[in-house]
Amino acid sequence: MTIASVQNHPDADVPAILPTHRSAPPTTIAGLALRTPFWVFSGALAVIFLFPLVWTSVASVSPHPGTGQVDGWGFGNYVTLAHYQAGIGQYLFNSVFVSGLCVVLTLLISTLGGYAFARFRFPGRNALFMLTLAILMVPYATLLIPLYVLLNTLGLQNSLVGVALVLTMFQLPFSTFMMRISFESIPRELDEAAMVDGCSSFSALWRVLLPAVRPGLITVGLFAFLAAWNDFFAPLILINDSNKMTLPLAVSNLRGQVQGVVDYGATEAGVVVLALPCIVLFLLLQRHYVRGFMSGALKG
Amino acid sequence: MTVQTATPAPPRTTRRTGHRLRGWAYASPTALFVLVLFVVPLALVFRMSASKWPLLSGDQGINFPDNFTAAVDNRFFVDSVVFTLKYTILATVLLIALGLGLALMVQESSRWKGFLRTSFLVPSALGLASASLLFYVLYSPLAGPLAPFMERMGWSFLGSPDAALASTLFLIVWRYAGFYMLLMLVGLQSIPGDIYEAARMDGANRWHTFSKITIPLLKPTLALTTILCVTGSLLAFEQFYILTKGGPDNSTITVVQLIYSVAFQGQNDLGVAAALSVLVLAALVVINVVQLRAFRGSDES
Repeated sequence: MTIASVQNHPDADVPAILPTHRSAPPTTIAGLALRTPFWVFSGALAVIFLFPLVWTSVASVSPHPGTGQVDGWGFGNYVTLAHYQAGIGQYLFNSVFVSGLCVVLTLLISTLGGYAFARFRFPGRNALFMLTLAILMVPYATLLIPLYVLLNTLGLQNSLVGVALVLTMFQLPFSTFMMRISFESIPRELDEAAMVDGCSSFSALWRVLLPAVRPGLITVGLFAFLAAWNDFFAPLILINDSNKMTLPLAVSNLRGQVQGVVDYGATEAGVVVLALPCIVLFLLLQRHYVRGFMSGALKG
Repeated sequence: MTVQTATPAPPRTTRRTGHRLRGWAYASPTALFVLVLFVVPLALVFRMSASKWPLLSGDQGINFPDNFTAAVDNRFFVDSVVFTLKYTILATVLLIALGLGLALMVQESSRWKGFLRTSFLVPSALGLASASLLFYVLYSPLAGPLAPFMERMGWSFLGSPDAALASTLFLIVWRYAGFYMLLMLVGLQSIPGDIYEAARMDGANRWHTFSKITIPLLKPTLALTTILCVTGSLLAFEQFYILTKGGPDNSTITVVQLIYSVAFQGQNDLGVAAALSVLVLAALVVINVVQLRAFRGSDES
């Protein structure tokens, strides 16, 4: 699982290859001697980046006084975590619920919106698009203070649905932009042909265009999931009830519980539970992860 | 709009109206979200900043400049602004330099470099909160891997203001360097290879190639990454809220942390918090306009 396969992909689109590509790696002894310092240096950097993750995973199952795993190796810390307050099951459920709802809403809204912006001309089209992108320019904190008041008046105080709605709104600039360029990169003839054949604009979208923009959908979904799963600030402000906390909030609160003594072991286990889905998704979908930044950086 | 070929086309105007209506229909969920969850709160924050608005009792009527004077007079206001600016400059310089350095290092395709790229990128899949919790344990003088060392030296990662800032910067570099490397790689790929070829034929050395070709042609990417990094760092919250908790001695309080604590911890004054938020928004707009001007200005020269 390396990025080599991913990066070959954009390389192929760029006709001119950097000159360094052309010189084949030297296999002579002198060449090896020249390259060894580079390997040592870059290897050390890779170790620095990987060490914290590896250390946390190992430490979460290794013995340490004052934690759920006092002697011998095992999953004691995870047991402590599982029984913390409402139980990790509840917090996992809350996080999965918020992330799932956010992904579904983001996909739905940005698909319809991207289709509208790419294929239709209507009054206010550019204004609405610019307004959507303007969300990026307003600080998170600036919006969350009034959103706290607004959600209270809408009856969504202390509600996971409210958190998911707010997180969806914060995803809209990226996802609408991404879906718009995805639809625009598909030749118009495709949906026009479908409409000539008697499709309505909606069935052209559903049956013809949606399969064609699948890579865009995966990228948008991945980013919405990572953002919602990891978000800390929105639930911190919008959720008061400890049974409704999402996982990052619960793990963060876990630290100060037992008379000020921090259970480091349970915190390590919490970090592993939080990080594992993200790392697995990242490794499986890193091509889409890279693509998301490519589109943003090239066209933005 | 169905079959158009066989039947005569309907009058242009109705067809256009239908087209517009359908466009609006598809865009309406976006419009609804943007209106209710972005435009209305944005208007509300301005109103709150001009009203007496305690957390529990809600709107108590207009008190225009009072919230702003209270915000500026807050005893942590100046300290938090200074600290946030200091942190922003350090984080931006570190991340842009390291992002570019890593990108140059792993630019070419090979198995080893692919592995390096993945190693640098994996931390960016973690949330900032998870990464902060991870380093909270890693830096701990009780449970961290360097605990024995810290005990012997009588020193700890989060013990003094400078050490706490440096430790947080390390966490941020660990979490974001790969992300900035990725953006730099995208920028580097847009530089045509024949320019490098031509420079080599002219006998340019590595440093010349880098300073006369790579850096000028990378300017759009450098502008984008700098603006991203400055904006993100000015709004720093999680890393300090979780890792340093503003300490030691309130030395690491950022502006967003101040907003949070004014609103929800103790003071419970949403009006003053809203006034602070408005100030942050205004500062951010000014800073970004200045940056855009600066990058554009140096483009023309």
